[in-house]
Amino acid sequence: MNTLLYIMLRRLRLPLIVLILVYAVSILGLVIIPGQDDQGQPWRMGFFHAFYFVSFMGSTIGFGEIPYPFTDAQRMWTLVCIYSTVVAWLYAIGSTLAIIQDAGFQRLIRTRRFAQQVRTLEESFYLVCGYGTTGREVVMGLERRGVRSVVIDIRQERLDQLGLEEFALPAFSLCADASLPDNLALAGLSKPNCLGVLALTDQDNVNLAIAIASKLVLPKRMVISRSENVITSANLASFGTDLIIDPFQQFAEYFGLAVHRPHQHLVVDWLLNPQHRPLSSIYKHSHGRWILCGFGRFGKALYDALKSEATEITLIEPDASRVNSGMDHVNGVGTEAVTLDAARVNEAVGIIAGTANDADNLSIIMTARQMNPKLITVVRQNHAANELMFANSKSDFVMQPGHTVATKILGHIRTPLLQLFLQQLQTQDEVWAHTLMNRISQSVGDERLDSRSFKICTDQTPALIDAIESGAKLTLRTLMKRPYDRKAALDCFPLMLKRDEEITLTPGELHELQSGDELLFCGRTNDLNDQLWILENQQTLNYVLTGVDDNPNPLLRWIRNLKV
Amino acid sequence: MNREKVVFAFFIVLALTLNVGFVVGDVDNPGHHEVVELFLAIVVSLICTVLKFGDRSHLGALMLATSLVADLQLIAAASIWGYHAQISAAGVTGDAMASIVSFAAGALVANVISVVLLVIETVLVRR
Repeated sequence: MNTLLYIMLRRLRLPLIVLILVYAVSILGLVIIPGQDDQGQPWRMGFFHAFYFVSFMGSTIGFGEIPYPFTDAQRMWTLVCIYSTVVAWLYAIGSTLAIIQDAGFQRLIRTRRFAQQVRTLEESFYLVCGYGTTGREVVMGLERRGVRSVVIDIRQERLDQLGLEEFALPAFSLCADASLPDNLALAGLSKPNCLGVLALTDQDNVNLAIAIASKLVLPKRMVISRSENVITSANLASFGTDLIIDPFQQFAEYFGLAVHRPHQHLVVDWLLNPQHRPLSSIYKHSHGRWILCGFGRFGKALYDALKSEATEITLIEPDASRVNSGMDHVNGVGTEAVTLDAARVNEAVGIIAGTANDADNLSIIMTARQMNPKLITVVRQNHAANELMFANSKSDFVMQPGHTVATKILGHIRTPLLQLFLQQLQTQDEVWAHTLMNRISQSVGDERLDSRSFKICTDQTPALIDAIESGAKLTLRTLMKRPYDRKAALDCFPLMLKRDEEITLTPGELHELQSGDELLFCGRTNDLNDQLWILENQQTLNYVLTGVDDNPNPLLRWIRNLKV
Repeated sequence: MNREKVVFAFFIVLALTLNVGFVVGDVDNPGHHEVVELFLAIVVSLICTVLKFGDRSHLGALMLATSLVADLQLIAAASIWGYHAQISAAGVTGDAMASIVSFAAGALVANVISVVLLVIETVLVRR
C-alpha cells in the first residue's frame, strides 16, 4: 500500500472536512435566502447556480452576481461566505504545504525513492555502509571502475556531500541506521546482484551487525568489514567474513614495510594505490632510531610493526601510564622543543607524529624539522578536511589510515588474484622486489599502474579457448602484442599465473597457456583494455598469431590500412 | 466512550438515513423527492469519505471503497438533476426523476454495506 498517500490523507482529514462543511453551508444558505429576478419577482437560487457561484467565489475570482443581481440579504450572506471559504482554503493549502515540508514526511519520501531505485536496479552493485573517509574513497574507486554503489550512512550531512559528487554512475544513498536489518533490506541486501557488502562504519558493533545480517541472507556473498579491536575481528572471522581490516593495524603494517622493505612496499603501493609514490621516494637511510609521538591504539600498532624488525624507538607520550616499563619514553606531547630535545631528536633518523590531533601533529614535525633538517618526517592525518594543510606540510609521508583501508578494499574487490599475489610477494626478498619494481617502472613509467586478472575459460576469453581447442600453441607472449600492430608490445606483463594450486610468479613469455589458467596482468590501463581484444576477438587473435588480417569486410580492411 | 467513534458512526449512519429519505417515494414522481435532501446526502457522504481516509486496515480500505462508490452514484444523480433542471428544455420530468432516483438507490446499497461493515468492526472489537 502507498504509505505516503495514507499519511498525507490522514493528516488532511480535518482541513478537508472543514472545506466541505464551509462549502455546504454556503451553498445551502444561498439556496434558502430569497432573492429577486430581473423583473422584481421573488426568486430562489437553485443548487446548480449556488454551487456555481460558491465555486468561483471561493477561489476569489468573482464573476459578479448571477444570474440576477443579489438582494441585500443575499449580499450579506455572500460576505460571510467569502471570508469563510478563503479561510477554509488557506487552512487546507497551509496544511498540505506543512505536511510536504515536514521533516518526517520528507524522510519518508526519500526512503521510498531510495527503495524504488534499489528495487529496480538490475546491474550489479556494492552495498557500502558508512560514508566516511574510507567509504568515500571506496565509492569513488568503484565508480571509476564502472560499478555502482548503494550507500547507507546515519548522518545526512555526509550523504549530502555524496549528492554533490559528480559521478557518471550516481550512487544511491539512504540516511539510516545500518545496524537495523530492515534498512539493509531496503538497500538491497537480499538482491542477488549485490556483489558484496562493505561494513565501513566507525562503530564495531554496527559493522558486526551488518556482516552477520549479510552472511545470514547470502552466505556466499563477499563481506568486508572494518574492525578496531581484536575481539570484534575474531568474532567477524568466526562466521566467515571475507576480509577484516583493522585500520590501525593495516596502516602500521603498510608503514613498517616502507621502512624495512622499501621496494616491496613500493610494489604494493603501485599496485593498490591510484596515486602511487614515485620511485625516488625510497628511504635510503631508514635504519636507526625513530621517534614516535603518541602511544594510543595507533601508536601501539606502529610500535609493534617497527620494533619487531630491529629498529630502536623513542616514545613521546603525555600519559605515562600507557607506556610499558622498559620502553624508551619521554613525557610530553612533542610539540615543544624541550621534549624533542629530551628525545634526542638530533640523532634520530625519523619522527612519526601520530597523535589524534592534526594541529599537534603538524606542529611536531615543523618543530622537529627545525631542530634536525635531515629528519624523515611522517605525519598522521586524522581528518580528511585538513587535506590542504597536510599537502603543504612537506612531510615525507602523510599517514591516512582511512585511505590505506580504502585502497586495500579496492584491491581486494578488483581481483582476488591480486590479494594472492601480495601474499606471495611477502615471501620474496628485497632483491626480487627491486627487480620487479624496475620492470614495472620500465613498463608504465610514472603513470598509473593498473592490474587485471582473468581466467582462460569460455566466459572470459572466448577467443583464446577456441584457439586452444583447435590445437594452436598459445604462449604468454601472444597476449602482450598490440592488437593493431603485432610487432609492437603492449606496456603490460604477467605478474602471476595460477594453474590449479600451482602458482608461478612473473611467468616467462614462452610459458604455454592452458584452459583453466588464471592470470594476473599489470600495466597501463589503456594497454590492458587493448589486451581484451586479443582475449575476446577471434580475428584479432588470429592477426596477432599469424600476422594475417582476415577481416572479411573490405571497407573495414581499407580503413585499417589507412590508419596504419 | 470514544468520541471519535461516535462522530464516525454518526456520519456513516446519517449518510444512510439521508439517502433512504431521498430515495423513498414513487420512483418517477418529482414531488416525492426533495433536492435539499440529495444535497445533504452528498455533503455527508463526502465527509464520510474523508473520515475514512488513512485507515490502513483491510476493513478500512473496504469502507473507503464503499464510500467512494456512494459519492460517485450521488454526484451522478445530482449531475443528471442539474442537467435536466438547467439545460434540458423539458425540465425535470418523471423519466428524469426515475433515473436520478435509481442512481441514488445505487448509492443506498453502498451506504448499507458501509453500515454493515461498521457493525462488523464494532462486533470484532470485543470490549
